[in-house]
Amino acid sequence: MNDTKTIVKVGIADLNLVTAPDIIRTSGLGSCVGVVIYDPTKKVAGLSHVLLPDSKLAKQANFNTYKFADTAVPILIDKLLKRGARKYALKAKIAGGAQMFNFTSTSDIMRIGARNIEAVQLVLKENQIPILSSDVAGNVGRTIEFDPSTSMLKIRKVNKDEFYI
Amino acid sequence: MKYESLSSIEKDALREIGNIGAGNAATSMSKLVNKKIDMQVPSVKIVGYDEMMELIGGPEETIVAMLFQIKGDVLGTVYFILSLEEAEALIKKIINEDDFSFLNDEESNEMAISALQEIGNIVTGSYLTALSDFTNINMQPSVPYLSIDMAGAVLTVGLLEISQVSDYAIIIDTRISSDLGDGIHGNFFLLPEPETLPKLFHALGIKTDE
Repeated sequence: MNDTKTIVKVGIADLNLVTAPDIIRTSGLGSCVGVVIYDPTKKVAGLSHVLLPDSKLAKQANFNTYKFADTAVPILIDKLLKRGARKYALKAKIAGGAQMFNFTSTSDIMRIGARNIEAVQLVLKENQIPILSSDVAGNVGRTIEFDPSTSMLKIRKVNKDEFYI
Repeated sequence: MKYESLSSIEKDALREIGNIGAGNAATSMSKLVNKKIDMQVPSVKIVGYDEMMELIGGPEETIVAMLFQIKGDVLGTVYFILSLEEAEALIKKIINEDDFSFLNDEESNEMAISALQEIGNIVTGSYLTALSDFTNINMQPSVPYLSIDMAGAVLTVGLLEISQVSDYAIIIDTRISSDLGDGIHGNFFLLPEPETLPKLFHALGIKTDE
């Protein structure tokens, strides 16, 4: 009945879930990090497009919790569990965290890519979710697509062939 | 100050700023390529992050972007954005090399990229000088930073400071284009940081509540 693939798109500072055969993608990751968390057996996956590392950076009263690594990832895990994923079975794959411009300034905000990667690794570790593969850092943008039926993450970069991790 | 609550007078003021800046930039661009350069009426848009990417063809679109950080009394980011084809056309004109392509060997790329940075420097410099003269506010552009990559990846850099205080960005967008149908258009995106907006309005004689 439902064997056509739908591609669920995740925007900046957003997150969403899919179940096989659907796939989930996010486009144009720069310093942002795309965090995929999935249960390989239940074939359910979630993707979060993290913009900033830490919600302590928020200078707003009602900030968007999907924007920060430390708030978005726990929400994503929670949603996955409600969708039938099992906590102990969860795995992660991550991509992004590039530094797009070679800034000479040493201001913290300018090395946000590296900080995003660290923050994502930390929150995944706190939740005991292993990162099985990752394609992070560098200075290029990435578009990523995860297929929960194969547990593979497809990565596209400008002027490069697509590859899977 | 909340972007969403800008009055129409405030938006008009920002549009005028874009007008003056890009008018000046179009003149310098015109001198560089020895062609008439037209400018469209600037638009002031208050957009979510995803909408911002859609303004120039979506997050995956490959763009050539030069980023300048504005320092001084007003903080923000200026992008001068060209499509890949437009940047190539522009470089061909400047370095007189008709078969130039970004995909070619690296040696000519290096020269092309420094030519492009110089163009960006001149054009954006005149954009900011005009703003600074008009508002009497000190604005200094950083050196140009060039990136040729996906729009989403390149443009989020300008959102990092803003995204800590707002889920929206204010974009003063001005498009310049040459009239000979050779496809050179450039977009200026000016993204002022929210805290410095009242200063900008004050300089323009607009009273703000905050």
